[in-house]
Amino acid sequence: MSDTPRDLHYTESHEWVRIENDDTVLVGVTDHAQHQLGDLVFVELPDMHLTLEKGDEMSVVESVKTAADVYSPISGTVIEINNQLSEQPDLINQDPYGRGWICRIKPDNLEELDELLDADNYEKIISEEH
Amino acid sequence: MSKKTALYDQHIKSKALMVDFSGWQMPLHYGSQIQEHHAVRNSVGLFDVSHMGVVEIIGKETVNYLRHMLANDVVKLKNTGDALYSCLLNEKGGVIDDLIAYRFSDDNFRLVINAGCRDKDFAWLQKQAEKFDVTLIMRDDLCLLALQGPNAIVMLEKIFDKNVSEKIAALKPFQFYVSSPTVIARTGYTGEPGVEIMLPTQQAITLWEKCIELNIQPCGLGARDTLRLEAGLNLYGADMNQETSPLISNLAWTVSFKDDHRKFIGRDALEKEKQAGISQQLVGLILESKGVLRNHQAVKINGDGFGEITSGSFSPTLNKSIALARIPISHATNAMVERRGEWLNVKIVKPPFNK
Repeated sequence: MSDTPRDLHYTESHEWVRIENDDTVLVGVTDHAQHQLGDLVFVELPDMHLTLEKGDEMSVVESVKTAADVYSPISGTVIEINNQLSEQPDLINQDPYGRGWICRIKPDNLEELDELLDADNYEKIISEEH
Repeated sequence: MSKKTALYDQHIKSKALMVDFSGWQMPLHYGSQIQEHHAVRNSVGLFDVSHMGVVEIIGKETVNYLRHMLANDVVKLKNTGDALYSCLLNEKGGVIDDLIAYRFSDDNFRLVINAGCRDKDFAWLQKQAEKFDVTLIMRDDLCLLALQGPNAIVMLEKIFDKNVSEKIAALKPFQFYVSSPTVIARTGYTGEPGVEIMLPTQQAITLWEKCIELNIQPCGLGARDTLRLEAGLNLYGADMNQETSPLISNLAWTVSFKDDHRKFIGRDALEKEKQAGISQQLVGLILESKGVLRNHQAVKINGDGFGEITSGSFSPTLNKSIALARIPISHATNAMVERRGEWLNVKIVKPPFNK
């Protein structure tokens, strides 16, 4: 069974968002997504200072099996990227909500997060996929 | 409804992620396909390949029948316990399937064919068999397991009696030994030493469980694909099909033209193709930068036109992406592959990739 931490926000396209104390957010892909993709071998990270609209393609994660686009769950600016994923893309497999984070975004408007799914609703969506 | 092999419960017990493959519920991996890949390259791994078909051919004209049906020549198989790889062709020289033919005696052979081709192959083999004194039986009662890796042969000592394991260790590639009802062949699809074992259901379950007790890593179709790709072994349906001949699929070495009198199906078409000049080839590609090459991506060779990737994936051994691609005949050593609107540089190499 996939892990779905209660304190995060989720998208239907399987990204997660965590609000940090400084009102920036960390973004990654969910445990369910990494499980479906299988062993990750390459992550195309977003550029620093990239400005994103909610729903923009911001990154590509590639497993042995397939490639998947990662969409920005919120509008804002990329202010930090997880460079470690260049060397160790499988951090997303090992620790999708921790060391497998993809980037930090400074949101234009934090209230946009209210449109996202909570853990219960996300779990409902992934259980309906099967 | 997809079919299950006799080892379905064993896969679930080993926490396999099951996927549909050619109408069969098969394990994709048991946690990490890359870990399984390395187990086979560095030690030993166990595969259930019971979805593949076993066709038993019995009858006085078995040899003549197979000399007519197969592009490779079974007269090369001199003794009981010899096997060879061959393509099964249509009249146009296209590949219906690739298979291994096992010679048990002059009037008894077995063919091991691809899962996705079972019905079509059997219908084709049956249709052509009308003109020969042979009987064909689909052996759905048999399972097929593969034990592959540098430690596979040593591991056999813990699985079979001393007498049997010594006999297997003495075999050369493409020879097999029969310890009735079990058939153990020095064949495989990984580029490593190892065996493929044909045996009845109950024995297969017992053997599988014994291997798991011995801590042999079970491996799924994911690792099977990256292992065969690194070894430069073609995958039917991806690297060749009914529209492509063996001559443009890096399989010319498996076609035997030696006996002028042997009119195997597809021979006329292949000879015409040779006379007209072979225009394409199947080559290996290595991506030097990051990313993963995928099936059907376009390949551009400067001055020599375009081709296409037939199998693209990631090589855990090289830690780079590799591919097989069909491209025009060319002496180029570099090409470009289109990925998401960008042209990436790739090196053209002759497989295998893992040597």
